[in-house]
Amino acid sequence: MKSLPFHRRKDVRLAFRYLIACLLVVIFVFPVYWLFIISFKTPDEIFAFPPVWYPKSIQFSNYFVLFKDGDAKTVLNSLILASVSTFFAMILGTMAAYSLVRFKTGGENLAVWIISQRMMPPVAIVFPVFLLYVFFGWVDTFFGLILLYTAFNLPYVIWMMRGYIEDIPLELEESALVDGCSRWEVLWKVVMPMARSGLFATAVFTFVFAWNEFLFALVLTRTEVTTYTVQVTHYFGGQSNFWAKIAAMSVLGTIPVFIAVATMQRYLVRGISMGAVKG
Amino acid sequence: MSDLKITGLHKYYGSFHAVKGIDLEVPSGEFTVLVGPSGCGKSTLLRTIAGLEEASEGTVEIGNKDVTWARPRDRDIAMVFQNYALYPYMDVFENIAFGLRARKFATAEIDKRVNNAAEMLGIGPLLKRLPRELSGGQRQRVAIGRAIVRDARLFLFDEPLSNLDAQLRDDMRVEIKRLHQDLGRTMIYVTHDQIEAMTLADRIVLLRDGRIEQLGSPLDLFERPANLFVASFLGSPKMNFIPATLDGNTAVLSDGNKLALVGKRQGKAKQPVILGIRPQHVALSGKTAAIGHAQVKVTVELVQPTGSRVQVAFPLGGKSVVAELESRDVSKPGEKISIDIDMARAIVIDPQTEKVI
Ligand SMILES: Nc1ncnc2c1ncn2[C@@H]1O[C@H](COP(=O)(O)OP(=O)(O)OP(=O)(O)O)[C@@H](O)[C@H]1O
Ligand SMILES: [Mg+2]
Repeated sequence: MKSLPFHRRKDVRLAFRYLIACLLVVIFVFPVYWLFIISFKTPDEIFAFPPVWYPKSIQFSNYFVLFKDGDAKTVLNSLILASVSTFFAMILGTMAAYSLVRFKTGGENLAVWIISQRMMPPVAIVFPVFLLYVFFGWVDTFFGLILLYTAFNLPYVIWMMRGYIEDIPLELEESALVDGCSRWEVLWKVVMPMARSGLFATAVFTFVFAWNEFLFALVLTRTEVTTYTVQVTHYFGGQSNFWAKIAAMSVLGTIPVFIAVATMQRYLVRGISMGAVKG
Repeated sequence: MSDLKITGLHKYYGSFHAVKGIDLEVPSGEFTVLVGPSGCGKSTLLRTIAGLEEASEGTVEIGNKDVTWARPRDRDIAMVFQNYALYPYMDVFENIAFGLRARKFATAEIDKRVNNAAEMLGIGPLLKRLPRELSGGQRQRVAIGRAIVRDARLFLFDEPLSNLDAQLRDDMRVEIKRLHQDLGRTMIYVTHDQIEAMTLADRIVLLRDGRIEQLGSPLDLFERPANLFVASFLGSPKMNFIPATLDGNTAVLSDGNKLALVGKRQGKAKQPVILGIRPQHVALSGKTAAIGHAQVKVTVELVQPTGSRVQVAFPLGGKSVVAELESRDVSKPGEKISIDIDMARAIVIDPQTEKVI
C-alpha cells in the first residue's frame, strides 16, 4: 500500500484526535446529561426499559413539586449560607494573610499552625461542636452554620491569600503609603485589586466547599435551615428512591456552582500583576 | 531655610548596623545626590527619610517639623521608585491621579494637574493606556508624573533610571535635571552611578558603609577629595594611585622619576605617600612645561580610543597609569611620549590614614 502524502497524513491524525476528544466528552458529559434529562421525565419514562434517551415532552412537574412543597427553599438556604460565610471568610482571611505577610505576625509558625487546622478531619469534632451549639442555642440557625463555615474556610483563605499577597511588589504598597494612603486604604486600593484573580479563585473554592458541606449541615440543622445537600438525602427512602426529585434537586443544586465557576473562569486562569514592575 | 534636616541618624536591621550616625542638612531647592557603592545604606537612608523604615536613633525634620515618628503620608514627600511602582490595573491618568485622589482633591483640580504633568513629561497622548502598554522610559515618566502632581516639599528618587538602557538613561537624566530647574523643588536622589551623581547634583553626599565620607559640590569632591575612597570612587576613568616617597616638596617614584609638588604639604620628610593623579590632568607635553606641571617620558603600553579622546596606559612608578589625551596625540602602543602632569591638581594621600594630606 502506498503511504499517504504528508498533508493527508496530518489530516488523518487530526481527525483521529477529534474522535478521541469527542469520545471523552461524551463519557464525561453523559452522566450530567442523564441527571438533567431525568429531572424532566415522567416517572414512567424514568423506569422504562429500554431507557428513554430523550423524553418526548419536557415535564416541569418535578420542579413544580419541589417549589410547591418548599423543598426548593433549601437551595436558597444553601445559597445564603455559602455566600455569607464566603464573604466573611474572604474579608477576615485576606486581612489575616496581609498581616502574616507584611507584619510577619506570629512568624513562620503561626502560618503553619493555621493551615494545620484544616488538616483535621471534621468528623472528629462534630460531637463537641454539636454540644457547644446546643449549649449556646445555635443549632438550626443561620448564624450557627455561617460561623462554622467561616471558621472552616478561614485557614484555606489565609493560606491561599498569603501566597497571592506575597507576590505583590512591595514598592506598590510603599508608593501608596507615601502618596497618602493609610494601611487600610492600601489593603483596599492596592492589595485587593492586585490580588483580584487570586481573591476570586479562592472565593469560588470557599463557596463550593460551603455549598457542598454535608456533615455539619446534617448534624446541626433540623427544620429551619436545612441545606439542599441534606434535603437530597431525604429522597433516598427505605423502600423506594424518589429519582425524579433527586434529579431535579441536583440540577437546582448544580446551577449556582456552575454560574459561580463560569463567571469567575477568567479570574481562575488569569494572572494580573503583568506590567506592575519592569517587564 | 532647610527642607530636610537629619541629626544623628542610626538604623539597625536586627543586629546589623546599616546607617551609622548621619547628620545632613539639605537647603530648600537643592538637588542632593546620595551616592556610594552597593550596600552602603543609600536606600536605607532614603527610606528612613520617607518613613518607610523607622529610625533606630536620631531625628528627621522635614520643613522644620520633626517627622521622625510620622507616617509616610504625613511627611509632605513624593517618591519615585526604581521599579516604577505603577498600578497595572489603572490607566496612566489614574496612576498619576492616585496620590491626589488619596488626598481627596477636587476632580477639576485633578484633571488640571494630571494634564499639566503629562504635558511636562510628554506623555499626554498616553493617558488612557495601561502600564503594560508602555515602554520602560514611558513608565518611568508616568512614575515621575505621579510624584510631581503632588507638589510635595521633598522629592525622593531611589535609582529611578537603573532599569533603563544607557541611551534612555541619558535622556531621562537631562529631563530630571530640567524638571528640577523648572519646579525648583528640593530633591534627594539615590544612585550608585557616579556619572549621574556628577551631572545631576548641586551637592553630592558620598556614603560608605553607613557613614558620610564626604559632602560637597560635584567639583569639590572631584578636585578636592578628602580621602582615598572618595578620590577613587568619583571620576571615570579612575584616578591613578602611585606609591611615592616625600622628599621636601618632591614626590619620588619607585622608578626614580621625581615630581615636584605644588603648594604646601604637611608631610614629614621621607614619608611614604600615595600620589593621586586624574587621567584628565595629564596632557601631551608642549614645547615648554607649563608652570606647576611635571614632565615625564613614558612608553605607551595600551591605547583605547573613545571617540574624541583616547585613553592611554603606560608604566610609571611601578604602576600602570592611565591618561586621557586628545585622540590624535597617540596612535599605537610602543610609542615613546613625553607627558605633562598638572601637579597643582594632584593629591597626596597618607597610606596609613588614607586621608589626603
Ligand atoms: N530589610 C533589611 N533587613 C536586613 N538588612 C537589610 C535590610 N535592608 C537593607 N539591609 C542591609 O543594609 C545595608 C544597606 O542596604 P541599602 O539597601 O540601603 O543599600 P544601598 O546603598 O541602597 O545599596 P544598592 O546600591 O545596592 O541599592 C545592606 O548591607 C543590606 O544588606
Ligand atoms: Mg538601594
